[in-house]
Amino acid sequence: MALLEIKDLTHFFGGLRAVYNLNLTLQGGELMGLIGPNGAGKTTVFNMVSGFYRPSEGQIRFLDRDIGGLRPHQVTALGIARTFQSIRLWNSLSVFENICVSQHHQLGYGFLQSVLRTPKFVRSERRVKKRAEEIMDLLGLRQFALEFPKNLPYGLQRRVEIGRALSLRPRLLLLDEPAAGMNPGEVGRLIETIRWIRDEFKLTIWLIEHHMRVVMNVCENMLVLDFGETIAEGRPDEIRQDPRVIKAYLGEEEPVHARGI
Amino acid sequence: MRNYSSVISYTTLCALGVLAAKLGILNAYVQLVVMYAGINIILSASLNIVNGYMGEFSVGHAGFMAVGAYVASILNVMLFTDSSIFGPPLLPPSSAIFLFPVTLIAGGAAAALAGLLVAVPSFKTRGDYLAIITLAVNYIVKSSIENIQPIGGARGFMGMRNVIDSMEKVLNLPWTMIWVFISVGATVWIIHQLVNSTYGKGIVALRDDEIAAEIMSINTQRMKIVAFMLSSGLAGIAGGLFAHVLGYINPGSFTIMKSTEALVMVYMGGMGSLSGSVISAIIFTLALEAFRPLQVIKWVAVPFLLIFLMIFRTEGIMGHRELTDIFPNLRRWFAPREGRA
Repeated sequence: MALLEIKDLTHFFGGLRAVYNLNLTLQGGELMGLIGPNGAGKTTVFNMVSGFYRPSEGQIRFLDRDIGGLRPHQVTALGIARTFQSIRLWNSLSVFENICVSQHHQLGYGFLQSVLRTPKFVRSERRVKKRAEEIMDLLGLRQFALEFPKNLPYGLQRRVEIGRALSLRPRLLLLDEPAAGMNPGEVGRLIETIRWIRDEFKLTIWLIEHHMRVVMNVCENMLVLDFGETIAEGRPDEIRQDPRVIKAYLGEEEPVHARGI
Repeated sequence: MRNYSSVISYTTLCALGVLAAKLGILNAYVQLVVMYAGINIILSASLNIVNGYMGEFSVGHAGFMAVGAYVASILNVMLFTDSSIFGPPLLPPSSAIFLFPVTLIAGGAAAALAGLLVAVPSFKTRGDYLAIITLAVNYIVKSSIENIQPIGGARGFMGMRNVIDSMEKVLNLPWTMIWVFISVGATVWIIHQLVNSTYGKGIVALRDDEIAAEIMSINTQRMKIVAFMLSSGLAGIAGGLFAHVLGYINPGSFTIMKSTEALVMVYMGGMGSLSGSVISAIIFTLALEAFRPLQVIKWVAVPFLLIFLMIFRTEGIMGHRELTDIFPNLRRWFAPREGRA
């Protein structure tokens, strides 16, 4: 059974075709990349997989379940976590609270139990806090537990965001430009972190990235989009050579009639 | 022991207050001001859930208060007193002493239902639009009550005094005061428990970033419903108490003015600060009483107070903090079960 199966996924914004006939199967355990020039529809694909957009056509199956049209929190509860292009941490909650609150669907209690502090509430709170502590230890965030995210350097905020996504115990992690805005040192650490996370948490990672150093170093396979269409799929070294990819990124060679002007 | 120290000290304080009222140390006017302060605490703390913790802008709190006030009053008058509208009492008047909390909660439940009716259509809207919807609800509630003649219409509704009298006949204690104290304690306790649980912190997450909240598995629609219903339900309970403290209610008591008072208290105390709401409700009540000799000019003085506050302390008295953040020593006594971190 495949982890994620995307069939003929298409999305229109009004008359604009943002994504067209995207096909992808992830068996589980891969490090998949999704690249393409600006406006190619990469984030739209992620938004469909994570439930923000309903696909116009096509199917998204996660663990043999059709998830097209589910609401984002339902998709997340099934085991797909994601991060965002821009950091979206909750700034009035501490790092520790951020990683606790993200486990909301695993709480298993509601309003009444949280007011009455029933034994179930106490057990659940203990479990959630223990999980958050584990995550913080694994990602080296323990010393920042009581800091507010906005007071942390950029690279650490990214790390908190990844930690928050990991606390959900996902099977599939979607990373939307994890290296955006990072300095070279931070990028190097990020590459190691991503690999290590995949092995440590035994999950599948699918990432969007512009930073070629990250993509070429991290991804085992990748999908290239241009104007919503898949123009190439394969290993990094194949992609690097692919004429269509080069064309999409660098533009076409000068047409013959334009020479000599 | 430590876990209950705040409960014990609050209970002792209330018991002293009731005793003082019973022995006549506190005169009727002081008692009234204390009860007003209590009702205002419930109003501001409950509005703080939506306007402070959730970061929405609801301006129709008095509408929910009116629903609670009318439902609780009508139930009480119908069940326990001989009134010209509903005829003889359906239950023995002495049973009011046990059933008063039930009718009070029924009023709160009715207000919570009204809150649900507002929350559902307002999912898609935030900010200004929610403000307009809640403002409209306030007017709808007020106009509806004005036009229901059997319950007095614009003339108002009375008879709650008899309910209190029948309670005092069974056991001579200042019952309204006792119920105000219990309700205030319960309100603050419920909100405190909620916002300090991981579940309740979902409301704050919703305020900070709704998209992130949704993707991090928080059912944002349900959180909004819970927050909105709790807020309006507690306002309904405040309304029920208000009706029984005054003994008379009319739709004119639940206008946009009353909603504004609640808003002023929330913003004066600090958005998202429970202790701020409590402190500002007390200060606001006392200030209104202090300015009473000014008569109409009172409504000039109070807004001035607010303008100065906004100039010199934009975030309100407490900002986002709680009392325990300013006086960490208090935490030893009043913040049980600190989260490990």
